[in-house]
Amino acid sequence: MLNKDFIITAELQPPKGPDVEGFLTKARLLKTEVDALNVTDNQRAIVRLCSLAGCAMLIKEGITPVFQITCRDRNRLAIKSDLLGAHALGIRNVLAITGDDISTGDNKGAKQVFDIDSIQLISIIAGLNRGATAGGATLSGHTDFHIGGALNPFAKPEELTMLRFEKKIWAGARFFQTQAVYDTTAFKGFMKKVKDKDVKIIAGILVLKSAQMAHFLNENLPGVYVPDTLIKELETSDDPKEKGLEIAARSIRSLKGIAHGAHIMAMGMEEKIPKILEMI
Amino acid sequence: MIITKQKSLSDIIETTTGYKNIFITGCGSCATLCKSGGEEEVAQMEKDLEAKGFHITGSAVIDEACHVLLTKRAYREHSSKIKKSDAILVMACGAGVQASRLAIDIPAIPALDTLFLGNTMRFGVFEQYCSMCGDCVLAITDGICPVTRCPKGLLNGPCGGVDNDGMCEVDRSCKCAWIEIYEALKKRGQVDRIKDIIPPKDHSKGSHPSSLDLKERKGNAE
Repeated sequence: MLNKDFIITAELQPPKGPDVEGFLTKARLLKTEVDALNVTDNQRAIVRLCSLAGCAMLIKEGITPVFQITCRDRNRLAIKSDLLGAHALGIRNVLAITGDDISTGDNKGAKQVFDIDSIQLISIIAGLNRGATAGGATLSGHTDFHIGGALNPFAKPEELTMLRFEKKIWAGARFFQTQAVYDTTAFKGFMKKVKDKDVKIIAGILVLKSAQMAHFLNENLPGVYVPDTLIKELETSDDPKEKGLEIAARSIRSLKGIAHGAHIMAMGMEEKIPKILEMI
Repeated sequence: MIITKQKSLSDIIETTTGYKNIFITGCGSCATLCKSGGEEEVAQMEKDLEAKGFHITGSAVIDEACHVLLTKRAYREHSSKIKKSDAILVMACGAGVQASRLAIDIPAIPALDTLFLGNTMRFGVFEQYCSMCGDCVLAITDGICPVTRCPKGLLNGPCGGVDNDGMCEVDRSCKCAWIEIYEALKKRGQVDRIKDIIPPKDHSKGSHPSSLDLKERKGNAE
């Protein structure tokens, strides 16, 4: 996946139950459209089918998965064990993230783990790639994971954002999937600043559905800024959903040559992704 | 100080049902300052339980209810009342409840919930700054504890949940601990302190049940 000139990935959420038909239908629809599909790990701390099983099902379908793994629900022992299992199942791309706080989810009384943080998780995966566990023991071989991290290029303060970005690279991250990018000019500025880093940066494309959603993102999603011009376009459109797809396509088009790829987050509208890609 | 909060009276009554004669133990230290188990609260509890049909055999507010020897001594002083008691309702932290149980073989019932090790900000206002993890990182983080002040206890900087004003998404009224750490280090020109990756915590240092014997420690040092 990382060898492509412009990588296209998309996010797929596993089902909130044992019925995987909808998940597989969407995955099959995207099989020839994307280079890899990210499978989320109980995002927003809401119980869903596990990311590992979701990834294994994608492999069976001939689709390259990105195994998202958070630090919220498992300690280092369980995470390492899951990673070895994932590797045996053919999973190679891993996105190491902190995970949403348990209070945002549907198991508010659960104990959140955070035995390690996302940077320590990246180090641990890099250790497995060297054939070592963080406990100091040697494995009966080594893994070959492509390690990814999350990146919010416009989170403030900038110095702290850059410090964390560099720590992740130092720990072993080789690709980054970013928070939603709407202001491609600002993103171009960010990419210029990090051009000497030998990592792939895949820009996040969060598909807008309405002007209200854009306002909500501006008010609630740190580091995300939907420019007024885009909000106006959505407001004046007869079909804001369609307009959102068009904006997504346009963003991807303008990111070509700037970012190393685009990561589409369609928030349940994954069946519209082929249409977005057609419009690029 | 150990911060405690009184359980609801209905909860206390539910756990005390089946016992008729109750002795009440309070604590002259933390629970007094938390207004959850001092003289006043013990007197009120006597009235409340008597109104519900319990017989209160007596009460004592022990200087430090977590001190097993002090508790034993207090129970000796009140031995005639203790003997007539079916259970002891302890208005102290969990350590106090268990000190009571270690001092005398009579069921000890908690009247309080034990919340955290707290700093007194002003009279009656307590906040948590230390989680007693056994593996202190404050030297690196300019005396601000990310283990406690960050809801996720992150050791290598903030998560993605910091808003544009530097507040924590888990509680928007709280500043992100990592933004506080960064700003403090920036002011001192010491941001380099957090450039290295802090390795995962050694949780074996904070495992329980733990104990510390000063005599043993002295012996080791020698």
